[in-house]
Amino acid sequence: MALDKNQIAQRIAREVKDGYYVNLGIGIPTLVANYVREDIDVEFQSENGVLGMGPFPYAGEEDADVINAGKQTITTLPGASFFDSATSFGMIRGQHVDLTILGAMEVSQDGDIANWKIPGKMVKGMGGAMDLVASAENIIVAMMHTNRAGESKLLKKCSLPLTGVKCVKKIVTNLAVLEVVDGGFKLLERAPGVSVEEIDKSTEGNLIVGGGIPEMQF
Amino acid sequence: MITKKVANVTEALKGVKSGMTMMLGGFGLSGIPENAIAELVKLNVDNLTCISNNAGVDDFGLGLLLQKKQIKKMVSSYVGENAEFERQMLSGELDVELIPQGTLAERCRAAQGGFPAFWTPAGYGTEVAEGKESREFNGKMHILEYAFDADFAFVKAWKGDAAGNLIFKGTARNFNPNMCGAARITVAEVEELVLVGELDPNQIHIPGIFVQRIFEGKDYEKRIEQRTVREKTT
Repeated sequence: MALDKNQIAQRIAREVKDGYYVNLGIGIPTLVANYVREDIDVEFQSENGVLGMGPFPYAGEEDADVINAGKQTITTLPGASFFDSATSFGMIRGQHVDLTILGAMEVSQDGDIANWKIPGKMVKGMGGAMDLVASAENIIVAMMHTNRAGESKLLKKCSLPLTGVKCVKKIVTNLAVLEVVDGGFKLLERAPGVSVEEIDKSTEGNLIVGGGIPEMQF
Repeated sequence: MITKKVANVTEALKGVKSGMTMMLGGFGLSGIPENAIAELVKLNVDNLTCISNNAGVDDFGLGLLLQKKQIKKMVSSYVGENAEFERQMLSGELDVELIPQGTLAERCRAAQGGFPAFWTPAGYGTEVAEGKESREFNGKMHILEYAFDADFAFVKAWKGDAAGNLIFKGTARNFNPNMCGAARITVAEVEELVLVGELDPNQIHIPGIFVQRIFEGKDYEKRIEQRTVREKTT
């Protein structure tokens, strides 16, 4: 069975380690916070200027002055801090953030990523994504393996305008966990019940399969 | 003490003309200079170039200026929440320069701090880098980005005093401090203008030297774009 968005988030949460400062993008990445183990210390950074994000507020306690990068109302946890945008991107550019999790429209086997523009159709802008992918050492992409038309999003070369080059290291999709290595996407794990053949069929880029591929653990 | 206090928004926006370049603080609708935007609508100035992370929503924030076609060019990082914006952009009525958010913030800070330009890795290898100088530092490619050159900066703070000192609240801080002193004239509107001496100098986020005009704003709506809440479990 292919994973749903929450299960993708749940699998990615296992990559979040004790002591990490983590930046979560909009969409599936935001859900990761729900699945991080409770016995480790992690702080979530939001590019609009908060470190130490907490859960959504209770109804009636929303504050227009406390939001995340998705413009959602949030709360802060003890030890949190607020800062200006230049400082926020100093944290990102200066590699003080340990892990970046973001979504993508396309990823290439060289680690290029496209997620901000479909020429002539959709132009929302890159927000902080270009700064994040250009500087982060540890980037995980969370996305569906194929688009709505059933076409692979893991490609030899991206067809859409790029957000960054040679930056993606790991990808977690509804079908698999993959690592970007020399020459292609190395298959690390399969979603429960999904075969290597199915993953290969949904991957336009070069899929590297070595030995038995284990199923994901949650 | 040098006083920066002006009586109202009308006085604060004296000298604003069509064709000018202006910076506007805010992230989404959080921390936007609501009073200055309302006054720009009233003044009916047009051909404006606006530097702002977002473009508001259809009926609030910079969306109000877009509705009246007062903006010629937007410099932003993310404009996904405004249908009228998208329409004007795709039809070619509106000139749009999309730039990485960290670059946007740093181009403000560079203007504030006297740096003409800086190197950043953001956007290297993408269409953002087209036509820009590039250079390798420590084995990594960077592109040259320039400080903004703007006529006015409109910012919103939580508290301020007549000396122009500012304190921001929560994530409404965002680009506001970076835009102070980054234009020829910085206009700060505050929710509460307190007596000089009331703000603790240790807690000032932006010293008054970066602000030319300050006034207490009125009728803040502080609209929430995405109200998200959780259920109380008993």
